[in-house]
Amino acid sequence: MSTPQSNTAQPLAFVSAQALRKRIHEAVNDTHLRTSFRGAMDFLMAKRAAQFPDASELSSLRDLSESIRQYSLSKLPELLEQLEANLTRNGVQVHWASDADEANTIMLGIARRHAAKSIVKGKSMVSEEIEFNHAMEAAGIEALESDMGEYIVQLAGEKPSHIIMPAIHQTKEQIARLFADKVPGVDYTDNVDALIQIGRRVLREKFEHADIGLSGVNFAVAETGTLCLVENEGNGRMCTTVPKVHMAITGIEKVVEKLEHVAPLYSILTRSATGQAISTYFNMISGPRKPDEKDGPEEVHLILLDNGRSQAYADEQLRKTLQCIRCGACMNHCPVYTRIGGHAYGTTYPGPIGKIVSPHMMGLEQTHLLPTVSSLCGACGEVCPVRIPIPELLIRLRGEAQSEPHADPALAGQGAGYSKPLSLLWRTWAGIYASPGNYRLFTWLASRFRALTPKQQSGWTAARTPLKPAPRRLRDMVRERH
Amino acid sequence: MSNPSNSLARAYPPRPAAVYFYATCLVDLFVPEAGMDAISLLEREGIRVIFPENQSCCGQPAFTTGFPQEARKVVVSQLELFPEELPIVVPSGSCAGMLRWHWENVVGDDPALRAKAAAIGARTYELAEFLLHVLGFQRHDEGEPVTVALHTSCSARREMGTHLVGRELLARLGNVTLAHHDHESECCGFGGTFSLKHPDISTAMVSDKVAALKATGAREVVTADCGCLLNITKRAEKEDLDAGRRQASLPGEHLATFLLRRTGGQVAQRS
Amino acid sequence: MSASRERILSRLRASRPAQPLPVPDLDQHYQPRLRDESLAERVARFRTGIESFHAEVHFSTEADWPALLARLCADKGVASLLYGADTPAGSRLDPAGFSTTALRPWAGRVEDFKRELFHQVDAGFTQTLGAIAETGTLILWPSAAEPRTLSLVPPIHFALLDARRIHQTFFHAIRDGGWASGLPTNALLVSGPSKTADIQQTLAYGAHGPKELVVIVTNAEGDGQ
Repeated sequence: MSTPQSNTAQPLAFVSAQALRKRIHEAVNDTHLRTSFRGAMDFLMAKRAAQFPDASELSSLRDLSESIRQYSLSKLPELLEQLEANLTRNGVQVHWASDADEANTIMLGIARRHAAKSIVKGKSMVSEEIEFNHAMEAAGIEALESDMGEYIVQLAGEKPSHIIMPAIHQTKEQIARLFADKVPGVDYTDNVDALIQIGRRVLREKFEHADIGLSGVNFAVAETGTLCLVENEGNGRMCTTVPKVHMAITGIEKVVEKLEHVAPLYSILTRSATGQAISTYFNMISGPRKPDEKDGPEEVHLILLDNGRSQAYADEQLRKTLQCIRCGACMNHCPVYTRIGGHAYGTTYPGPIGKIVSPHMMGLEQTHLLPTVSSLCGACGEVCPVRIPIPELLIRLRGEAQSEPHADPALAGQGAGYSKPLSLLWRTWAGIYASPGNYRLFTWLASRFRALTPKQQSGWTAARTPLKPAPRRLRDMVRERH
Repeated sequence: MSNPSNSLARAYPPRPAAVYFYATCLVDLFVPEAGMDAISLLEREGIRVIFPENQSCCGQPAFTTGFPQEARKVVVSQLELFPEELPIVVPSGSCAGMLRWHWENVVGDDPALRAKAAAIGARTYELAEFLLHVLGFQRHDEGEPVTVALHTSCSARREMGTHLVGRELLARLGNVTLAHHDHESECCGFGGTFSLKHPDISTAMVSDKVAALKATGAREVVTADCGCLLNITKRAEKEDLDAGRRQASLPGEHLATFLLRRTGGQVAQRS
Repeated sequence: MSASRERILSRLRASRPAQPLPVPDLDQHYQPRLRDESLAERVARFRTGIESFHAEVHFSTEADWPALLARLCADKGVASLLYGADTPAGSRLDPAGFSTTALRPWAGRVEDFKRELFHQVDAGFTQTLGAIAETGTLILWPSAAEPRTLSLVPPIHFALLDARRIHQTFFHAIRDGGWASGLPTNALLVSGPSKTADIQQTLAYGAHGPKELVVIVTNAEGDGQ
């Protein structure tokens, strides 16, 4: 398959409009990629559907999950303080980071204090968001992914193309070749069980010897001071149990008030994500090893990351972005994602959720085109387990991106997609369509002089015959008939 | 209100004496015969159809493209079109969805405007749902047995909840077999200005849709949305042109035209 | 660091709603879906669930389960079985009952025998706090007597479950067990052996954790013995 260069593990802190269009163009024309994403998404959609045979149960669970997330966000500052107090009481050290750099600096500080040479990582999209591996590598510390998909992607020098299934763009043959090339002493095999056992062998060695384990967090429980992790492989448990130090990193939005609130969220998360009734492991960590305990990390750190989330929070409508529990169902059901795959977006979080969350993390300067990469079909909103109105937020962000720039905007990069001619065009459009006289004249002219309709109509005629006004408008036909 | 998919089930009014017909700008200018056929269908059921002369557009193009002020201006200009408490029938799922769910928010904070927009939204019906649920459409199918494919627009499916309505109407005809196509619930790739702004993706989507429709062997595609109809049929036309085919490999028409023609009605003359 | 804390919290405080939203009502979802079921039905649901995740389920009694464990160890060729001796279940294990398996009580800190743990132990044995019928899930609360890695590092995990402690759902386990008033350092839900579908959506077992999960259920008849 062709792997456009921009997929490689360079920091993603850049996305030019041209690069986005170029990546989309390449991805759409990559038949191999198209076929494999279509197959994978069909598979995931069918798996999810099988988990929700009872529409009323699904609807009730979505209502509940939405209400829990909205309730949590409505008390977010208090819950964060409560979480911090309870974690601290439990012996967990809590750190706050405004942005990616600060988060990396904090974790590098912890690593240096322990003279750490190697960090083994459980799956964490927030660590991808802050380019953690890159920061550690620059400081001479090995940061090794241990989730099988993440391990494959790291070995290939790529980024995840899906937030739940990072290596979904790779076939087993490609992975077989990758292992044979990159893992010492491994012969080519495309037997999936054999490949997994190779990964198991390599990574067990790492779990045993790593100085620090890093993980993400799926839910942080304020009332008990508990970090919850969802996984199937056991690598998350390894990372959070075997090394002497455990660092967890999460966005500030992941907190819920009560332990019982995680039950419905966890259920709808795994069923929406991979169509599993439940994941193999649900790991609830409430502190470091106690004096009489025989294993577990001696130090546990939690890094609470803002990185643009408080910007989304400040706006009542955009705050809904933060309801997300990162299940990936929106991308699995997205006809655009299905056709361009995860890498083309050029952001840590691809697909519909990526389009509404990335502008807060990266600013609209770099992401102003992203919200336009949608037909607004609504498939994402239809499956979202916490009912984020994704299409509505896309429309809002389109507006923020294209409006005339003004001083001190609420959103970073507001107006980055502003175009004077385009604004003028729409103002003219409104001038015509909001005035019955103008509208009648315009449509009469368009119909009367239909022969003059341009044969080339921007993107439309790239794949379609041109649109041409009818010789008589409906209003003419109505008038003639009555 | 903000998330339509929460609550699509609605109560339907008794059969009214008259309705407003809100044609939409695409129908007015590009597919007027579909509008005419919709009016004929309604009139044949004994409904007086009022065509407000000052109608233009529901504001959707500007709204979805991210020009809320321009959308507002157009929407506000349309708020006085429906003075009587009559149902408003729209031959398009996406425009109906616009009136029903979005006008209230598009007009801004003015409570009077909001109330007016909300009231309009509450009595707005997509044509197919109006035919089925309010008029109980049931006519003798006079056509030959035929197999057709049905495309339901995303708005009809997800904002108006009317994806089963089209099927039911076709089923009631008797001589029409519905061919289901692969990935039927998937978007055709139109998306308004999306088709202009991202031709690569839009083309990929519409090409897949056309291929799936053709693969059913159906003689034609029927849909209740003119945006999708133009997108799909113009793509198929282009494929025919490129392949040197003289006969349309995938003709299409609006559901209103199809229903009227099958049940002995006089369809409007094609241009 | 604390500057960021203040900055973040003050930004959030400035924009959060004046009043929090109403507290979510979980009962409204769970109450109507509560099942009126017998112990046997609940055990059957648990079994169907966890077997679908590739776990093995065996039934025994309070009196006989150590013998069953010994037999299963022999059948699976387990040469060494690691367990916590200072637990009610662990104290029932008698080396004399295990013919081909060496019993190894956990002793000391994990650092003292990490290499053996990773390379020489064939199986770990733990108790469970209970289970969840809805999904087929074990609940483990590791402790000083029964460390976390027992159920993680050895290739086979044997788990002992008292059928009377199977809850309907995770929600009911949390609520009925009063978990919010005190959780252990690490609480776990386990639904089958470790697995992954990260290569071309093909399911493979034995990713990083146990390759096999074997559950021994006692008191499934409800007689308590």
